[in-house]
Amino acid sequence: MYGNYDTATAGGPKAVPDEAGQHFDQLIAADQRIEPRDWMPEAYRKTLIRQIAQHAHSEIIGMQPEGNWISRAPSLRRKAILIAKVQDEAGHGLYLYSAAETLGVDRDELVDLLLAGRQKYSSIFNYPTLNWADVGAIGWLVDGAAIMNQVPLCRCSYGPYARAMVRICKEESFHQRQGFEILYTLSHGTPAQKEMAQDAVNRYWWPSLMMFGPPDDASSHSAESIAWGIKRFSNDELRQRFVDMTVPQAEVLGLTPPDDDLRWNDDRGHYDFGPIDWDEFARVIRGDGPCNAERMRRRRQAHEDGAWVREAARAYADKHAPREYTGARAS
Amino acid sequence: MNEQAESSTRGWPLWEVFVRSRRGLSHQHVGSLHAPDAAMALRNARDVYTRRGEGVSIWVVPSSAIVANSPDEKDPFFDPALDKVYRHPTFYDVPEGAKHL
Repeated sequence: MYGNYDTATAGGPKAVPDEAGQHFDQLIAADQRIEPRDWMPEAYRKTLIRQIAQHAHSEIIGMQPEGNWISRAPSLRRKAILIAKVQDEAGHGLYLYSAAETLGVDRDELVDLLLAGRQKYSSIFNYPTLNWADVGAIGWLVDGAAIMNQVPLCRCSYGPYARAMVRICKEESFHQRQGFEILYTLSHGTPAQKEMAQDAVNRYWWPSLMMFGPPDDASSHSAESIAWGIKRFSNDELRQRFVDMTVPQAEVLGLTPPDDDLRWNDDRGHYDFGPIDWDEFARVIRGDGPCNAERMRRRRQAHEDGAWVREAARAYADKHAPREYTGARAS
Repeated sequence: MNEQAESSTRGWPLWEVFVRSRRGLSHQHVGSLHAPDAAMALRNARDVYTRRGEGVSIWVVPSSAIVANSPDEKDPFFDPALDKVYRHPTFYDVPEGAKHL
């Protein structure tokens, strides 16, 4: 018996739901962390599995739009950086699958659900990367929005998820800076390069704002997630913070967000911004985004193409099983 | 093996990863991963958990080999430690003027 959640033993063999529930409520109220083998309400566990899995899938699918440009990066330096970044996304996916597994699900199950289209990934990755500047826009805007969402998750009430997020957030700041640097270089280059950077910002601005999810009055899971300490701030709060942080950065870049209503509001102490096209958001989530089908096809193909490697590794391990634990002794 | 490990017959076994971040510190649990055998688990652990020089030494342990106490952290298992305040130095009165105690 090891450290992961197990419905049969959660909270101990004598756990009485009422008592265990009280203990859970007390831990949440005291802002303590819930750990894998604690008793937890089934809805808490389900919510976390759904959210962590969706997050993990997003990291894995998120490798595609940028991987698309590895072979065409404009210099060896840019190429090495992009490879490192895409490798990080794979690593983030693995940290998150590992956190989800502590809740008593199996990574294979989650991968199956993704491949069957029964679990989602962030809809931002259903937009195409049409030119090199898009790699910059993804780093600056998409990773910037992700950081805004993820920093509060470092204090999430579920311990393994919070710990995974700490690692991820440390690594994301490199991602955001490399994107900013790509756009800064382009926007200070030739007029055509600057235009390319502006075009990328035009296409990625609104989808990045949608990454924070539906407006608060239409967000079905928010209240419960906040009560459970999974979420710390509402979608609209985080979206506003992102706009407030990003607009001054756009000024440094010399690029303009594609929003005529965007202006500083002295009374509110925030930037006002124009209405978001929630119909587009719903369409892309439903599967009608520019790249939904392509992303899923590519992922399924990669999974199938890798099957022989997984089988071969397993066969090799089985053949050499007696030697398995005879390596150097721990010291 | 427990139920979870058995249910992943298609997949590879789960390993817990411990990393010594630098000399002088003990290994610390950093997470888990799947790998078909110990050698692959070590290599995967290097790639997943030490991409930025976070470690000088890695242990991988089959998750199924870890034995844990009862899941209830309020378990009587820890009771014997709770009523022995005299194990702590603060339990003792130190007279005025006594030094280096």
